[in-house]
Amino acid sequence: MLKRVKRRYLALEIERGEGLGSREFLDAVWGAVTRLYGEYGASKTGLTLIDYDVERGFGVVRVLLSAVPMVRASLASITSINGKPVAVHVVTISGTLKALHKSLKN
Amino acid sequence: MKRNFADLHLCADVRDSECVLRMVKKASRLGYRVVAVPFPSNAGAEMVERVRGLCVDVGVDLVSRVDLKPRTPNELLHRLRDVRRRFEVVVVVCESKAVARQAAKDRRVDLLCFPGLDFRGRFFDLAEAELASKGLAGLEVDVKPLLTLEGPVRVRLLSSLRREVAVAGKFGVPVVVSSGVSDELLMRKPREMASLASLFDLPDARAFEAVSRVPLGIVKRNRAKLRAGFVAPGIRVVRRGRDC
Repeated sequence: MLKRVKRRYLALEIERGEGLGSREFLDAVWGAVTRLYGEYGASKTGLTLIDYDVERGFGVVRVLLSAVPMVRASLASITSINGKPVAVHVVTISGTLKALHKSLKN
Repeated sequence: MKRNFADLHLCADVRDSECVLRMVKKASRLGYRVVAVPFPSNAGAEMVERVRGLCVDVGVDLVSRVDLKPRTPNELLHRLRDVRRRFEVVVVVCESKAVARQAAKDRRVDLLCFPGLDFRGRFFDLAEAELASKGLAGLEVDVKPLLTLEGPVRVRLLSSLRREVAVAGKFGVPVVVSSGVSDELLMRKPREMASLASLFDLPDARAFEAVSRVPLGIVKRNRAKLRAGFVAPGIRVVRRGRDC
């Protein structure tokens, strides 16, 4: 029997990332994952952009539970997006969007 | 219990108070409680106290650190005599095999550091690890090159680090993961540092210890040694007098 797919939601703060488009941000994340783990590794992450706030430089991505360490390392390795120096920090991580927002409120 | 985190290599310019304050504030915001800043080896106690005073308001414990880059083992011994009683953390940047061997067996050395890009200059092999395991020296890994390098150079660096960390683990040499950055945007949270350490196969538990228990242990040990009345580990002078 197939195992249930477990996912995690990561709330991200993009430092000095105000004004960056969601497409640019997602491309940068995919680029970082691919550079570190290759296309094979990237295919195992199940990375999806759920929410992105251009004004605040804040985003939420969904990844497979098994790929959380890979995505964390890839996010930490991002130093610039489109030539603009930025840093991406994981603010919080949760199993559901509801719990993620609750955690962010706290 | 909440873990305390330490970054033993924050490359702030100690002559620029604003730069130090800015970086220490950022470190505090990222979750660090202990931060070490490298001082010039001729820095006096008043300079260290001035910088420490800046960090008190931010709630970060500043540790004085000195980086030695000796060319010969004799120069290393001479400089260790000079700096050991004045700084809390002594790091030796090993640029030759003779210096690396001497630094590994000297109990006054806290951390061994190897040049990032000179792959022939990374002397942390089995013999070095065996010497370090008998002394007190740990291996310091800076994450800065992992962030700034790309392509084949980073691949080679990761390969070297993976081998060194495995050798360190085999001989029980403590590994410390530090940032080594002078730019605020390259500073990362402790959890992110541990994630980056996973790139060179440092297990999760050891990676967390490399940014918390291991560096904090080094600072605690050295502070105890530098305190007045220290005789030997576990023994200190409590009172002096004729009736003692």
